[in-house]
Amino acid sequence: MSRRTLRVIGWRLLQVVPVIVLATFAVFGLLQLVPGDPAAVIAGETATAERIVQIREMLGLDLPLWQQYLHWLGGAVQGDLSTSLITGLPVIDEVLRRLPNTLLIVVCALILAISIAVPLGILAATHVDGRVDRFVTSIASLGVAVPNFWVGMILVGFFALNLGWFPTTGAASLTEDPARALWHAALPAIALASSGIAEITRQLRSALIEVLSSQYVRTLQAKGLSQGRILWRHGLKNVSLTLLTVIGLVFNRTLGATVAIEAVFAIPGTGSLVVTSATNKDFPVVQGVVFVLVLIVILCNLLIDILYSVLDPRMNKQ
Amino acid sequence: MVDATSTAPGAALLDVRDLGIAFRTGAGMVQVTRDVTFAIQPGEVVGLVGESGCGKTVTGLALMGLLPKATSRIAGEVLLEGENLIGMSARRLQQRRGAKISMIFQEPMSALDPVFTIGEQIAETLRAHRHVSAREARERGIEALARVGIPEPALRYDAYPHQLSGGMRQRAMIAIAIVCEPRLLIADEPTTALDVTVQAQIVDVLGDLCSRLGMAMLFITHDLGLVAQTCSRLVTMYAGEVIEEGCIDDVLVRPRHPYTSGLLRSLPALAERKSKLPAIPGRVPMRGEMPEGCRFRPRCGFARPPCEAPQPLDRLTSAGQVRCCRHDELELMGVLS
Repeated sequence: MSRRTLRVIGWRLLQVVPVIVLATFAVFGLLQLVPGDPAAVIAGETATAERIVQIREMLGLDLPLWQQYLHWLGGAVQGDLSTSLITGLPVIDEVLRRLPNTLLIVVCALILAISIAVPLGILAATHVDGRVDRFVTSIASLGVAVPNFWVGMILVGFFALNLGWFPTTGAASLTEDPARALWHAALPAIALASSGIAEITRQLRSALIEVLSSQYVRTLQAKGLSQGRILWRHGLKNVSLTLLTVIGLVFNRTLGATVAIEAVFAIPGTGSLVVTSATNKDFPVVQGVVFVLVLIVILCNLLIDILYSVLDPRMNKQ
Repeated sequence: MVDATSTAPGAALLDVRDLGIAFRTGAGMVQVTRDVTFAIQPGEVVGLVGESGCGKTVTGLALMGLLPKATSRIAGEVLLEGENLIGMSARRLQQRRGAKISMIFQEPMSALDPVFTIGEQIAETLRAHRHVSAREARERGIEALARVGIPEPALRYDAYPHQLSGGMRQRAMIAIAIVCEPRLLIADEPTTALDVTVQAQIVDVLGDLCSRLGMAMLFITHDLGLVAQTCSRLVTMYAGEVIEEGCIDDVLVRPRHPYTSGLLRSLPALAERKSKLPAIPGRVPMRGEMPEGCRFRPRCGFARPPCEAPQPLDRLTSAGQVRCCRHDELELMGVLS
């Protein structure tokens, strides 16, 4: 890695700090807007007003918002995401216990999406306006339009309930039983991948068409390179930036889509954790999950930024 | 139509015969050029001039087989060392491009792949046509950069296009095109996008390469001054047709076509120091409204009724051609008279 690339990485890492602070503060603030009082929920329906006040003081909910936030942030920096209001257990433990289930389906979905969408996009771009292109483009439009959870329900109905090829619900640990874990992850991953496939195919197709009709491709033809070499060496390296951007976006979106997909497949992941804790007004858990997910998204974007500067020499321009 | 073989005595390097190019558009086929006939001898530098949109660039691309197959239809013959490039299989054509016939373009900014180094782009041309090791490719690439006048070629070899100035990029373009020492270089307005001071340097580099490598060049430009400076022969195109071809010295002194005469006389550098440059009245006719007979007729001060008939490309005794039925009777003004 060149010194410039290292400088880019350092600069990006510095930018991460304000992003994390802003994102977590936004979630913190939003949670305050949710109607209902966690202290009242914990105290139960028959609790006296004094009891609720007492609980509120105990949890620090009586402090001003910024103090609560700083207190939380101070803990988060040291890896302490506070404790669940309902179970009283550390949030970080619960999040880390569930995160592998979510990451497994997200990563599987991403691998699936890339390995299907890249060949499709190339195929469409090299046969512009041909039958293949039109077929791929219409399938991709369909994929963008159809929601993930709906695909998930169709998949469960057909492959799990009718044919019985896959389990309908649940998850397994990848470290303890890899085969069973993948078996469980298959349908949710396919459902999650559907929109990613469509998105990556469409973006790759249009980016590659643009590159292949560019003036430098004409130069490459003029110097006697084969179409194959132009496509695989020059075409792909030039679209790799677009591809990287889209994959990053799809990853982030897929991570978000797990909320619905985990509900459909009853997967004990972070998505379902957010849903249950939000309904229970277990704000520390919601805050903790969001913090971890934001961290993952930021790391993913950081990785993409680093790859940018490796792939495109123009990025290192001062 | 004229018998083109008669214009090219001996073995011409490039023999273009009745080249007609049509593009498929939304409104049907549009004929862009027709009856384009000229020849280039080995080592000869030929200028191809004409106004914007007269079909110069399209002709250059057609010679290279670079027009999109799906949307263009090409008639006629392009003989490179006796082999017809029109209708040649893509694979065989590809073996000739870059090795025997090369092309450089107007925009050095966008004509180089931005994510590969200059060196990689030279080396891959070399390795597409010659069996050389990576090390040898590098040596010959650096040599090619030195040959086109790039200072510190070993350093520039590893530079990316965006790290070079416009002039340097065009030199790098040329280095890519000539690294396999082709027999013919098609230079499509290679200096148009550059500063005037850099233009002269690029023209010098090209002229120098031609004489050192014995390479022929088709210099496509609208700048007659550059042609007068570098070329030994001149082909003039108007509205998709070749209207005059001749030895540069003959044409400068005595053009045979009123359009060439008009072009020469509107040249500030070559014209006499008068207060006002003579301009050619009117404009190039649109594709749909081509006049019958001579296409220059509506703008020509010498037009007579015979000009309304189709004009053949006539052979001249001075080894040139002209598409004007009045060329024998007219005494046209050149610049060096």
